[in-house]
Amino acid sequence: MTAIVEEILAGEQRESGAADLMLQTAEWAAAAFAGFDRSRVEKIARAAVEAAHSHAGELAEVAVRETGFGVVEHKKLKNELTSRALLDHYANEDFCSARVLPDIKMVELPRPAGIVLALTPSTNPVCSVFYKVVLALITRNAIIVSPHPMARTCSVRAARLMAEAAEAAGAPSGVIQVVENPNLPLIGHVMRSPRVGVILATGGTPMVRAAYSSGNPAIGVGPGNAPVLVDATADVAQAARRIVASKSFDNSVLCTNESVVLAVETIADQLLQSLRGAGAHVARPEEVAGLRELLFGRGSFNVEVLGKSAAEIGGRIGLRLPPATKIIVAEIDRTGIDEPLSKEKLCPVLGFLRVHDAQAGIARARALIRQSGAGHSAAIHSRDTRTILAYGAAVKALRVVVNAPCSQGAAGYGQDPPRSARTSGRNT
Amino acid sequence: MTEPQQSPEKRDFLARSKEFWNPGKTQSWQDMGVDLVIDRREGYLLWDMDGRRLIDLHLNGGTYNIGHRHPELVEVLNRGTQRFDMGNHHFPSQARTALAERLAKICGGDLHYTMYASGGAEAIDIALKTARHATKRRKIVSIINAYHGHTGLAVAAGADRFKKIFLSDQPDDFVHVPFNDPGAMEDALKGGDVAALIMETIPATYGFPMPLPGYLNEVKELCERYGALYIADEVQTGLMRCGEMWGYQRYGITPDMVVTGKGISGGMYPIACVVVREPYAGWLTEDGFAHMSTMGGAELGCLVAMKTLEILERPTVKPMVNYISETFRNGLHEIMGLYPDFFVGIRQCGVVMGLEFDFPEGAKPVMKHLYGNGVWAIFSTLDPRVLQFKPGVLMTADLCQEVLERVERSVGLARAECLAPGRRTRRAA
Repeated sequence: MTAIVEEILAGEQRESGAADLMLQTAEWAAAAFAGFDRSRVEKIARAAVEAAHSHAGELAEVAVRETGFGVVEHKKLKNELTSRALLDHYANEDFCSARVLPDIKMVELPRPAGIVLALTPSTNPVCSVFYKVVLALITRNAIIVSPHPMARTCSVRAARLMAEAAEAAGAPSGVIQVVENPNLPLIGHVMRSPRVGVILATGGTPMVRAAYSSGNPAIGVGPGNAPVLVDATADVAQAARRIVASKSFDNSVLCTNESVVLAVETIADQLLQSLRGAGAHVARPEEVAGLRELLFGRGSFNVEVLGKSAAEIGGRIGLRLPPATKIIVAEIDRTGIDEPLSKEKLCPVLGFLRVHDAQAGIARARALIRQSGAGHSAAIHSRDTRTILAYGAAVKALRVVVNAPCSQGAAGYGQDPPRSARTSGRNT
Repeated sequence: MTEPQQSPEKRDFLARSKEFWNPGKTQSWQDMGVDLVIDRREGYLLWDMDGRRLIDLHLNGGTYNIGHRHPELVEVLNRGTQRFDMGNHHFPSQARTALAERLAKICGGDLHYTMYASGGAEAIDIALKTARHATKRRKIVSIINAYHGHTGLAVAAGADRFKKIFLSDQPDDFVHVPFNDPGAMEDALKGGDVAALIMETIPATYGFPMPLPGYLNEVKELCERYGALYIADEVQTGLMRCGEMWGYQRYGITPDMVVTGKGISGGMYPIACVVVREPYAGWLTEDGFAHMSTMGGAELGCLVAMKTLEILERPTVKPMVNYISETFRNGLHEIMGLYPDFFVGIRQCGVVMGLEFDFPEGAKPVMKHLYGNGVWAIFSTLDPRVLQFKPGVLMTADLCQEVLERVERSVGLARAECLAPGRRTRRAA
């Protein structure tokens, strides 16, 4: 074909037209799927998660290679947890059958939403696809996955893998589809389609805002900025280990990772020492300035350091850190717009702020989240129930993780019990 | 049926249609209770000039397979006119070559060259001429009650219905055999003097009788044995209507030539094509000027056809055709269960469907009542017991449900009319 012919054929409606056909096929698939009983749905979901689980490691490698973000072994773990483990978690729940409630003279009918539009991020690409597909399948919805363009290859493969396995197990054709060449105008078009039942949007603020203003029901997961309060009653050594484990997990690409430690003055030095012991490098003041410039010198967060290791980030400001260094702690003296290091940092750099007491810490946590990340996550390390409850009530977060690593705890799996106090939802 | 009142404008228009256009045809539709004058159209919907909305299940033989005025086709046609027109048929053309390349890729194997026409009948003529050139034989075999269009060779290959009136029946070179009868086919071919067998994969105007299992394969084998070319008229069965790009793929055969028309134009710009296997395309090399057509392969038509194929090749279309076929299969069988003494059969391959009624010309009252109930579908000219039921390949689930509701009501009304006391004597024995 000559360039002239190709140019004429490449109309503005080519992409949106193809997307409309995807939606229409999904509509057919959803209508068929809505009539499936629980055992058929379970068989399909099981086939899909087994296919996903068996490729967890391989797709983790593809994701890291493609995006440059994160750590293969951590991504593999997340991929496993969002496939087989997630389905196991819901194994005893029935989202398909009617329930008769004679006492209140009601019948509950689980009704699918129809078409789920899943926007998935570049930072946690494969596990987000797995997670959303599993939820769609067990609730008998069709799903269209729209991956972040930076993570296109691994996300498309993840979705296709599950689609093939699900269809082989009897799922209606087209129940899992993926937008192979996503871009903003195209996704905007799909988000606004009256055919979409619900949007599950994980991504940056503009994407989540676009989902909310699309006219369709949307559940958005935008940026976080999790404060972590360590008070005087905390097991400081344990707290330090958990914070480092969380902040270094997948090089901090999870939006649930700790952003700023709020350390009560009386244990602050002890906590810094323990953080060092757990693998952190505590930056000197001039290094903090270097980090500030590296991470936020251009105004917004520098994506070149997104998901990179502590040693690599150190190297960029002329620090020669041992490769085993897990995170870098940057002590700051304020939070707010005049201290960029108090914003969300999707890399293993952790802010550290001294507060006078727990009450001041709670106030500071509220301020931090007011700046950005409202409604997301927060963590606390304390043995004082009243402080924990006061923190949980005051800080505007969907979930407050108590005495556990925030990244893992927010997702319901920590290295140490107890589990997070979760109001609802689940993040990746 | 409550007959909607015609507006004065429509009455006046129909009179002028009779006066200046085609009196016989205009009057026949009025006699059959179908006073349709199509005005606005969009997707699978039509609006009569009096504003009545109809769901189009005729699609003009599949011309509107992907819907009326498909937005992407409108767009490509608009873009095309910014640079091209029909073109000059004497010269190599970027658009014609691009479509030929695309068709070669889609058809595969050595189905390689594309020859262009402005309509299906002309394309059939080209195919038959090509076969005669390749085999140096004259005879053409086709099916009794076949329909291949109205030009010279095409009409000769078809049923008497359309040629006697014009004194155009040429019995010597055109042999007609019964459908689904391999013995008769062999008798026609075994003289070794047949240039080509031409047949629709499923004969549309004959009411879509389904080929018996193995029949088409046997016919193809016979063609090979006796040196005749197999020409698949895919005008109505191609373009995903049988669930694959070409209907013959459903039957596991590969023809020597494929004729496509109607739907490939998207109803937006006339074009029809013949794709021929390389060994039989000799005249294109020997004398490339031997067949010409000023409007055949018009460049704007090529662009629209490219876009039509692009849309049909999207991976979402195939599952959609399956969903639509299944929905109608199930829904129509339920309706058949309601009226088993009247609605007696469903012929189906994908969205190519014929509904059989146990009453002489029974499809005509069904057509009339469907029309009265907001659905436009046409009877089969060559077997008027059968209604051609042709949903588009991109129909939505909601529209399919609406069609089924309207069909149920209409078939009931038609049955009541046909089987009313005093009319039973007209029933077929």
